[in-house]
Amino acid sequence: MDEIKEILKKYPDRRGALLPTLYVAQKAYGWLSQEALEEAAKALNLPPATVKGVATFYAMYKHKPMGRHLIQLCTNVACMIMGAERLVDLLKERYGLEPGGTTEDGRFSLVIMECIGACDRAPAMLVDTDFHADLNENNIFEILEKYE
Amino acid sequence: MERFLLKNIDNPESHRLAFYEAEGGYGSLKKALSLKPEEIIGEVKNSGLRGRGGAGFPTGMKWDFASRDPKFPKYLICNADEGEPGTFKDRPILEKNPHLLIEGMIISAYALKAEKGYIYLRGEYPYAKVVLEEAIKEAYEKGYLGDNILGSGFKFDLSVHQGAGAYICGEETALIESIEGKRGQPRIKPPFPVNVGAWGMPTVVNNVETLANIPLIIKIGSEEYKKIGNPECPGPKLYCVSGCVESPGVYELPMGTTLREIIYEHCGGIRGGGELKAVIPGGISTPVLTPDKLDTMMDFVSLPKVGSMLGSGAVMVFDQSVCLVRVCWRAMKFFEHESCGKCTPCREGVSWMRTVLERIESGFGRKGDIELLQDVASNIAGKTFCPLGDGAAGVVLSFIRNFPEEFDYHIEHKKCMVEA
Ligand SMILES: Cc1cc2nc3c(=O)[nH]c(=O)nc-3n(C[C@H](O)[C@H](O)[C@H](O)COP(=O)(O)O)c2cc1C
Ligand code: SF4
Ligand code: FES
Repeated sequence: MDEIKEILKKYPDRRGALLPTLYVAQKAYGWLSQEALEEAAKALNLPPATVKGVATFYAMYKHKPMGRHLIQLCTNVACMIMGAERLVDLLKERYGLEPGGTTEDGRFSLVIMECIGACDRAPAMLVDTDFHADLNENNIFEILEKYE
Repeated sequence: MERFLLKNIDNPESHRLAFYEAEGGYGSLKKALSLKPEEIIGEVKNSGLRGRGGAGFPTGMKWDFASRDPKFPKYLICNADEGEPGTFKDRPILEKNPHLLIEGMIISAYALKAEKGYIYLRGEYPYAKVVLEEAIKEAYEKGYLGDNILGSGFKFDLSVHQGAGAYICGEETALIESIEGKRGQPRIKPPFPVNVGAWGMPTVVNNVETLANIPLIIKIGSEEYKKIGNPECPGPKLYCVSGCVESPGVYELPMGTTLREIIYEHCGGIRGGGELKAVIPGGISTPVLTPDKLDTMMDFVSLPKVGSMLGSGAVMVFDQSVCLVRVCWRAMKFFEHESCGKCTPCREGVSWMRTVLERIESGFGRKGDIELLQDVASNIAGKTFCPLGDGAAGVVLSFIRNFPEEFDYHIEHKKCMVEA
């Protein structure tokens, strides 16, 4: 709640605080469950339907539970020509991980991204908030194995 | 050329306030506070600075419109959404040189009499968020932000607003909707944000790189600034180069540097001694060019003359090993994913183009598919609410126009020329 108070100070009205509040709720619950959305709505005194309508517009708000670690791998043009699609295949082979899916053990979720601003070091991904670039068929697993 | 926008970014301390100040940082702010707001707007107008976010609108003129509007409060928003695929030029400023941006914003806000600013930062840059928030904190502590800045009586508050993964929010009216806590769909223009922007108030939206140019203009004066690069649209420019070159990266060069110089002198040429096939000069939304256009100057006036645009200055280089049908398909997949769905020609048309490109690419193309693509594209162009749909149509048309043999080959042989 204190966090939301701080957020509210930055905006001239309550509605303005909605995007950052959704991030706070997502962090607390891991994803935007019905409960999380209602909590956000209550904190800002907004109708739950409004809150849900906004939350579903943005790709980075999650509407189902996520694995312990979120892999956000870019396959846009610069990454594609440097072999990103092969990495998607390898994630499937190695972990049984499909785009939009989560591994059975709940360790990883995978989301395909549209350019994460690292095209000079393609292919690139974010794991949670860590950034990894210059990926190839070997180092991607060396990196991922560090995330338990 | 001496670097200004990327000055000192190789130094691990470059993001710290103490370092920035020791290198002369916030000197332009002190100078600006001794000038009248109108004088600053006059300088920016005279400098010829054009917006670096893609459209190239004259910055001084935009400021003039906003400052003439009698409504208060006014808002200043920095567009750090950097969503155009191929673009990573704002990122070094955000992560390595945040105080340059903050100084630029304070000067701009003073000129505009804006008391509140936001940096709309894409959700995909979590590290930049940490750096910016720390830098803002430092600036508050030193009295560069807050009430009564450096004893001048001027007040300006600044905060970071984190986006949540929607390319369309880079479009300035969608961005404003998003800051207001709404779905990021573009608004109809006019009215323009300079008159009716955030919370209905006059609002200036400028790109990161645009705002980072302001301290330089104040420091050296508009007359000196105009001597950098092409006099028709002067200043330093960040070119971010990706794809098949030896040394991809961000290069700060005078506006109007030729594609040839960028690719062959600064980026070390085509990787592995390969042969150039195609270049996208300004990010995925700008029309593709053939190698005979290499001597074109990379600026807002020269690229339109050869059928493309400067866009975000994101140069994407493709050698002979790249299948351009596949590139075009992937671009359309992007636009399909990012279309906000507000208008039918974009929502339906882009999806249809992606479908047709996908079947051509995967060997199921039919005779007449090229004409079909051209027809759909022509029905999108000029009929959409915002430039996203137009951009998608222009991309498809440019690929077909410039590389018809690749499309023909795919349809005829059910496979790719490159793999053949
Ligand atoms: C679909 C779309 C996406 C855009 N994305 C960005 C962006 O990521 N960053 C940016 O600065 N401008 C972007 N723009 C341009 C903005 O609408 C606006 O023109 C710009 O922020 C104005 O700043 P400037 O005058 O300093 O360039 C985009 C425009 C469109 C139509
Ligand atoms: S052109 Fe596309 S992105 Fe732009 S408003 Fe229409 S549907 Fe939305
Ligand atoms: S295309 Fe993958 S980071 Fe830009």
